Amino acid sequence: MADFDEALAAFAAEVGPDGPVCVRGGGTRWHLGGEAAPGTREVQAPAGVVAFEPAEMTVRVRAGTPVAELHAELTTAGQRTALPERAGGTVGGALMAGESSIARLGLGSVREALLQARYVCADGRIASAGAATVKNVSGFDLCRLLVGSLGTLGLVGEALLRTVPVGETERWVRLAGAEAGAVRSCHTAASVLWDGTDVWTLLSGYEVDVDEDRGRLAALCDCEDVDGPPELPPHRWACTPAEAAAFDARNGAAGPFVAEIGVGVVHASEPQPSRSVEPGVVELNRRFKERFDPTGRLNPGRDPLRKP
Amino acid sequence: MANTLAAATRRVLGSRRRGRGAAEVAGAVDAGDAALVADLVEAIGDDRVRADTAARYLASRDASIYREGNAGPVCYPGSTSDVAACVKVAIRHGRAVSPRGAGTGLAGGAAPLGQPVVLSMTRMDKLLEVDLDNGVAWVQPGMVNLDLSRALAPHGVHYAPDPSSQAVCTIGGNLANNSGGPHCLAYGVTSAHVVAVEVVLSDGSVVTLGDVTAEPAGYDLRGAFVGSEGMCGIATAVAVRLTRNPPAVCTMLLCFEDVSDAAATVSAIIAAGIVPAAIEMMDQRCVRAIEDFAQAGYPEDAAAVLLVEVDGPSGGVAIASERVDGIARRNQAISVRIAADEDERARLWKGRKSAFGAVANVMPDYYLHDTVVPRTRLVEVLERIYEIVDRHDLLVLNVFHAGDGNLHPILAYDSRVPGTDERVQAAGREIIEMSLDMGGALTGEHGIGVEKREYMNRMFTEVDLDQQSRLRASFDPYCRMNPGKVLPSAHSCSDIGALRAADAAGVWG
Ligand SMILES: Cc1cc2nc3c(=O)[nH]c(=O)nc-3n(C[C@H](O)[C@H](O)[C@H](O)COP(=O)(O)OP(=O)(O)OC[C@H]3O[C@@H](n4cnc5c(N)ncnc54)[C@H](O)[C@@H]3O)c2cc1C
Repeated sequence: MADFDEALAAFAAEVGPDGPVCVRGGGTRWHLGGEAAPGTREVQAPAGVVAFEPAEMTVRVRAGTPVAELHAELTTAGQRTALPERAGGTVGGALMAGESSIARLGLGSVREALLQARYVCADGRIASAGAATVKNVSGFDLCRLLVGSLGTLGLVGEALLRTVPVGETERWVRLAGAEAGAVRSCHTAASVLWDGTDVWTLLSGYEVDVDEDRGRLAALCDCEDVDGPPELPPHRWACTPAEAAAFDARNGAAGPFVAEIGVGVVHASEPQPSRSVEPGVVELNRRFKERFDPTGRLNPGRDPLRKP
Repeated sequence: MANTLAAATRRVLGSRRRGRGAAEVAGAVDAGDAALVADLVEAIGDDRVRADTAARYLASRDASIYREGNAGPVCYPGSTSDVAACVKVAIRHGRAVSPRGAGTGLAGGAAPLGQPVVLSMTRMDKLLEVDLDNGVAWVQPGMVNLDLSRALAPHGVHYAPDPSSQAVCTIGGNLANNSGGPHCLAYGVTSAHVVAVEVVLSDGSVVTLGDVTAEPAGYDLRGAFVGSEGMCGIATAVAVRLTRNPPAVCTMLLCFEDVSDAAATVSAIIAAGIVPAAIEMMDQRCVRAIEDFAQAGYPEDAAAVLLVEVDGPSGGVAIASERVDGIARRNQAISVRIAADEDERARLWKGRKSAFGAVANVMPDYYLHDTVVPRTRLVEVLERIYEIVDRHDLLVLNVFHAGDGNLHPILAYDSRVPGTDERVQAAGREIIEMSLDMGGALTGEHGIGVEKREYMNRMFTEVDLDQQSRLRASFDPYCRMNPGKVLPSAHSCSDIGALRAADAAGVWG
């Protein structure tokens, strides 16, 4: 059961029991899923790391904490989370957007990162979902439902996140004209990015394994060490891994792109044409919104069906 | 509250020896059922419907000790449209629907309440497609977990979740219980391996939750469905993630003179930033039972053994296993054995996987608990378990997923000895409450079912439970799917409507 937390209680009081309300995080994905309806009151989630337990590999953190700040603390123990770091982006924002980091192959997806959430429900009360342990199947999995929900079902004040060890060695490598599939077969590849010509990969793990994979890649093609990934075009397309690996001129409308190989996200210059969603899924989305937020007060104007 | 808990547990425990006479089951088939059965036969064919006593008896229970399930007609659908047709017939007759897989569940999730139409999914057992380009396989829900792994082997990939019951349990049951297994420590439980699922909802419509794209549109309905214990709909096809086989594996058996040293080793391994593929712990009583039963070569003089497996690229595996070895020795390990070849590795795992079978040889009855505690508190927790069990004059065997703090204390007993059931029940309750007091969870992988339904209030507030029932009601506003499970009675009152009046008294009284 939830321990009393003043910051959380204050957040709930600010959200209150009625009236349209939205939460501003870092504003890095503010437009995702639609604009906040005019006249919506803006609130901010509390910030701060509550408890980092390196030996448990979990961290309890308030949702308004910038991800970069959280990671700076976790790095002292050689850990981080699967949440992506964006300039100013917060933990709550990253969870509600639900978009994984470009190192998803290595870090796992954001949707698996949330172990427990304390959030303010539509009626202003505080609810707790999940458990403070790394494994739990006690009841229905509200945590999975919350990740990616854009704050339309509940407003997260505090999260318990799974942490992962940072690889002993991490290096970005650019391969000129390489075949992405060959790079993907490296077991230390935590990210494989492809712009249609070159491949960038983040090798992460024990030094011996990273060196061995680096050597294997060098035997395949021209390969140079670089500081980081290429610049990513602004729009996010959700594709299947097979589509991403075959992304090409057929998608001229996308403009220059960077595809995440093995994952399916494509960063493109133009927005993704709207995806068709089966009517049954649309209906279920509607029912969830109606049950969790009957008056439609939480983040009005936003709809996860309109992501990305 | 204590009284309610005691009553709930007593109901579970007390019923097991009573058994159900055949006449009682046969007597439950009434004229209403004759019409229902006729409609089911009409919908999916007479070779796919059974209403005889034997079929219904078998479909009334799972591997838990709960014995008050009561199945209506049992259907064996062969396709998604069969499932949808059965649901529609059930709707017309005002009956609930309970899906079941292999019936190996340990929380009573597959024990039907209120004579629902039972859908046994075991005939939908095909591997539909292996899509290596997208890293997924589409399978039917009745496929047995191990059969899937075998079918995938030629592709150099596997399905990671490996419950100990994997030779029998189904992918649909795994999905509904969000099952775990030894290798879920590094790879994650079922939810992390289900990409999409085709579901028949409680109105008979068919919908696919999630998809193979990186980020499906809308709410994560797939994630919300996994672990819903048959209460949100019936899975009819599942896209599971394929995991590449690791290039290298090292399996080690660490033996200790003191249980606390073993527990401390687990915490120290995690604290060192090593995430092995698996860390399983067995205490002496369990090791002896295993050796009597399966001769895995575990040392019977050790107070506890840890089975640790690290995998990945070979360089890192060598480093990590050396570090594990060092940590174990610093924690007073009396021996460290490293499997020299695949044969030895298989033998070490065979011991672990036959633990439950072995326990059955110790005492006529056993009650397997499943709770989670913070993995940094294992030393303390194990001491408490032994203390609780001693105080109640019972026998406990511990075999569990130590790496993620998922306990499985097995109380072995003989219920013919007067007063034993009460002691088992009291000790079990104390173990559950102690786990929660340590900051843990009610269940790590077996689910809530009926077994822990009345404990939900102990872990969650009214608000929390209200949110959970909204999730369920969003999928199934009629409370028609597998009613009466997971949520404590006050939260699933609308379920009562779905139960047959005659039965409701038995279930809720
Ligand atoms: C010896 C033994 C060892 C075990 N070891 C483990 C272990 O290591 N890890 C672990 O997690 N569990 C373990 N279990 C528990 C059990 O095997 C798992 O919960 C398993 O996933 C259940 O699968 P099943 O096919 O037997 O499902 P069932 O028991 O038949 O059903 C389980 C639940 O799933 C629902 N269901 C079944 N099929 C569907 C479907 N198609 N759609 C929707 N709902 C459905 C049912 O309604 C029920 O609520 C063990 C059990 C035994 C007996």
